[in-house]
Amino acid sequence: MAAPEVFNLAQVPITSHSFNADRTRVAVSLTSNDVQIFDRHGNDWKPTEVLSEHDKQITSIDWAPNSNRIVTSAQDRNAYVWQQTPDPQTGHLIWKPTLVLLRINRAATYVKWSPNEDKFAVASGARAIAICSFDPEGDWWVSRLLKKPIRSTVLSVDWHPNNVLLAAGSADMKARVFSAYIKDVDKRPAPSVWGEKLPFNTICGEYASPSGGWVHSVGFSPSGDVLAFASHDSTINIVYPGGPAIHTIRMTTLPLVTLAWTSEESIVAAGHDCQPFVFSGNAQSGWQLVGSLDDPNANKASGGSRSGFGGAPSPVGRLQSSAFNTFRNADSRGISSSPGSPISGPGGSGESELFTIHQNTITNIRAYESVGAGQVTKVSTSGVDGKLVVWDVSNVTPVSAGGLAGKMGNLSLR
Amino acid sequence: MSNVLRPYLAAVRSTLTAALTLEDFSSQIVERHNKPEVEVGGSKEVLLNPLTISRNENERVLIEPSINSIRLSIKIKQADEIERILCHKFTRFMMQRAESFIVLRRKPVKGYDISFLITNHHTDSMLKHKIVDFIIQFMEEVDKEISEMKLSLNARARVVAESYLSAFNS
Repeated sequence: MAAPEVFNLAQVPITSHSFNADRTRVAVSLTSNDVQIFDRHGNDWKPTEVLSEHDKQITSIDWAPNSNRIVTSAQDRNAYVWQQTPDPQTGHLIWKPTLVLLRINRAATYVKWSPNEDKFAVASGARAIAICSFDPEGDWWVSRLLKKPIRSTVLSVDWHPNNVLLAAGSADMKARVFSAYIKDVDKRPAPSVWGEKLPFNTICGEYASPSGGWVHSVGFSPSGDVLAFASHDSTINIVYPGGPAIHTIRMTTLPLVTLAWTSEESIVAAGHDCQPFVFSGNAQSGWQLVGSLDDPNANKASGGSRSGFGGAPSPVGRLQSSAFNTFRNADSRGISSSPGSPISGPGGSGESELFTIHQNTITNIRAYESVGAGQVTKVSTSGVDGKLVVWDVSNVTPVSAGGLAGKMGNLSLR
Repeated sequence: MSNVLRPYLAAVRSTLTAALTLEDFSSQIVERHNKPEVEVGGSKEVLLNPLTISRNENERVLIEPSINSIRLSIKIKQADEIERILCHKFTRFMMQRAESFIVLRRKPVKGYDISFLITNHHTDSMLKHKIVDFIIQFMEEVDKEISEMKLSLNARARVVAESYLSAFNS
């Protein structure tokens, strides 16, 4: 039951983060054209290297744990694979970029290594997903495009553990499962619940979000037999293709934008509500929200001020550094938050900090530490507030009334 | 604040909070561009249904959300000719200085008096609930401001008329 580790990496949004295999280094992109690598020194992260090759904002980073390669994608329509090679002059290890022939003409939005690390998938705004594999003759990465039924920008992808199937969530309100079988790279996959014969671009499943929201995030369970996706209509959906059954959890909070499986029967998902929620269940008993990894009420108590509405996370802030923040906000953002100011409307928030640990949308959640096959014990999140937080998954606080409903309940009392 | 205004502002506040769930989204139409989708309107699937919150026939708010930007337009109460002129001058004054208000749009949407455009860059760099507070505070203040201006205009007209007519009094 360890408290979450909070690292303030920057004052600007972290677009994406990815740890290396032993979690001593992390690659992040701080809303810029460069990838920044941080090394861990005790309880602190020190910036060490900058990988600059992209000329538009980086959208996604993935660090392959075994082959120690980084793949990055950006809005300049390119992806690069970075590999550590000795410098011919000095002998130091430097990160050398290899261009990927993506053949897409819009922004690359998301990138993910396959489990065997011999392929990766690049989602893009060109209504296509590029499946890239290495061509030793040309010494570059070549791609094949998954195109057919995709009608809009692909927002996220995830690989099935068998290295062949790929899930994709896109802005046309659908989550799909494709086969990304490449003859030279893959062995014939064993038949699974998703299908038996899987040539390239087979559609193994297509699932619409229940109220028509953009599908922000998709994820296969550790076994690969279950698919989860989170969409902008504040739902998280768990699909059992064998059933076939779809479990939908409608949230009262703001939409979730990222999710990660922590075991075969639990998911951690986070988004615009600034805290990671835990869901659990299985095919028989259905799925439900269990709680949150963050505890806004405990944070609130430590801060001192308690709002009148019991239990509900309120939009008003933590007080430890409120004086500091008042001046910082007044200075950098022209926000005055002095208590006597006329700003406070109905439910007006006098303080500028939230009770949750993340102060803004969580955009990225990843498995940080795991034991055995797919049993994740810690997850890491990064968000728009520039924080990187490592959470213990077992440390769940039940939520009573959360998010928007709680906030609106709060309003009627004032 | 009057009791009628309160639920109206509460409705705007919660709608705005829900609508401000933005993310970075690069254009699907033009290469290497990143534009507010609500303004471009090129890809229909990334626009959400626009929503109007009306207090009465003269006062309403239009919220048009999309994946990376929202547009909020306000129709300010204008009861008579003076208020109409004052409102026009006031909003024009603000919109000419739009860059110092950051989220203000230079032109209002047709049928409305003033519009705000909030993109994902604004929600990245500013606190979301503070943006909401700013809009709500603006809505609260603008009515007050215009009726105050109307009062002082009337008072001044009275003083001017009195001093002018006092010349004929003796």
